Amino acid sequence: MSDAVIKAEALSLTFQTNDGPVHALKDINLEIGKGEFVSFIGPSGCGKTTFLRCVAALETPTAGSLTVNGLSPDDARRARAYGYVFQAAGLYPWRTIGGNIRLPLEIMGYSRAEQAARVKQVLDLVDLAGFEKKFPWQLSGGMQQRASIARALAFDADILLMDEPFGALDEIVRDHLNEQLLALWAKTEKTIGFVTHSIPEAVYLSTRIVVMSPRPGRIADIITSTLPRERPLDIRDTPEFLAIAHRVREGLRAGHAYDD
Amino acid sequence: MTWMRQHLMPVLTVVAAIIALWYAGAVALNAPWAYDQAKRADRDLSFSALVAETWSQDKPKLPAPHQVVAEIWKTSGDMVLRGKAFSKRSLVFHGWITLSATMLGFILGTGFGILLAIGIVHNRAMDMSVMPWVIASQTIPILAIAPMVVVVMNSIGFAGLVPKSIISMYLSFFPVVVGMTKGLRSPDAMEMDQMRTWNAGAWKTLISLRLPSSMPYLFTSLKVAIAASLVGAIVGELPINQDGGLGARMLVGSYYGQTIQIWSALLTAAALAACLVGLVGLVQGITLRRMGMAR
Repeated sequence: MSDAVIKAEALSLTFQTNDGPVHALKDINLEIGKGEFVSFIGPSGCGKTTFLRCVAALETPTAGSLTVNGLSPDDARRARAYGYVFQAAGLYPWRTIGGNIRLPLEIMGYSRAEQAARVKQVLDLVDLAGFEKKFPWQLSGGMQQRASIARALAFDADILLMDEPFGALDEIVRDHLNEQLLALWAKTEKTIGFVTHSIPEAVYLSTRIVVMSPRPGRIADIITSTLPRERPLDIRDTPEFLAIAHRVREGLRAGHAYDD
Repeated sequence: MTWMRQHLMPVLTVVAAIIALWYAGAVALNAPWAYDQAKRADRDLSFSALVAETWSQDKPKLPAPHQVVAEIWKTSGDMVLRGKAFSKRSLVFHGWITLSATMLGFILGTGFGILLAIGIVHNRAMDMSVMPWVIASQTIPILAIAPMVVVVMNSIGFAGLVPKSIISMYLSFFPVVVGMTKGLRSPDAMEMDQMRTWNAGAWKTLISLRLPSSMPYLFTSLKVAIAASLVGAIVGELPINQDGGLGARMLVGSYYGQTIQIWSALLTAAALAACLVGLVGLVQGITLRRMGMAR
């Protein structure tokens, strides 16, 4: 792929702890192309979140190279190349939903008119039109997370990094949000990096699935999805879907993800 | 009704117990003088006469509550009704003197405390160097040296409100520094990371995340600070009593054995402190509710 948006070569990250070095990431080679939806799956400690944080320049790799939009991750962060969605919605209780979405725009110095237009646009995008003046506590957990996604979409970042964004939600809400996220991805054509620990979620959403394994954190398998881009929820009962899910599970097993 | 049973009754019970103890104490402490007087006049003192006597002396060791209340009314409400609220003998006048020094000291102390906390949070050198001095500053027995500070400042031309406010500020900035340092550091790692992903600088992070997050800590500190401010103002009034103030009132009372006057100034100061703390609590409740942070 020549138009790689995210490109990691021999990327390693070792934390020095009192119990000796911890290899959070070891020899990661990965290219993510424009408009891809790549999921990272694996047991805790496999480095999936760490990799995403490296891309976001929230962690600094200790070896290898990593570029984002052809820049170093920190330059890409300064250029506001990505929106990051955390596991918790992280909405400020003292700001309305609209105010929360406006916050990064205020920080980035958009004009007031531009802020208002963008807030309205992204609220429509995540189906929260009419909730602009509500406060976070007036919304359900799923709606809060949608507001948090809207906030990450509000500025012109063409990369969306999502760290277990639906991990704290129940399965019914999660299904609904997965469906909406796919629609959103189709509409916005963003490049998405998505960390999850749910096999169905990874298979349902992704164009590629990166299966990772722990100690040291490394890539066990990369699976290219054969599913069409149009994915109704019941695609998850098709043999094709189950076959991919099976391969993910095999990858996890090969990486000793099921060992204690 | 349940509110009264749950909140009012316990408070009233304690108040009633204190008043009962107070009356009993007045009898016990003032009895020797009463016996002495009776012996000099060569008359017998029945128990009921003794009680009546101990609760109505002019200069009792411990004045009875009703004597103090009467004195407070005589020097406040009654004088206000007669249009003499700001006479030199009025508690309203003295209370106002103390209150103005308290408020100035509280505002200065709060401002200074918040600035120090912002410095401590943003600058590692300040974090390492300032905090120990802040703590050391509170080990100085300011209550003991405050009179000297006031006298010295007076001699170099700072009289009236300012020296008292400085003592007041010295006592009140400490809880604000400690509370605000903790408050400004209260945003969690995720919230700080989030700011980083937006490439927000220290200033933007301070304004939109750190300061709003610190509000619950700030208000808790302010409650302690405003009470400390009042103590500082009263102590600052002790050495220079021609300016007036509740502290001066207490000291003058002690010169002339006017125990009733001392106690009325004391109770007024306590009531003032309760009102100030209550006021901060009220503002806290409204602010935190409006910010969605009420607990």
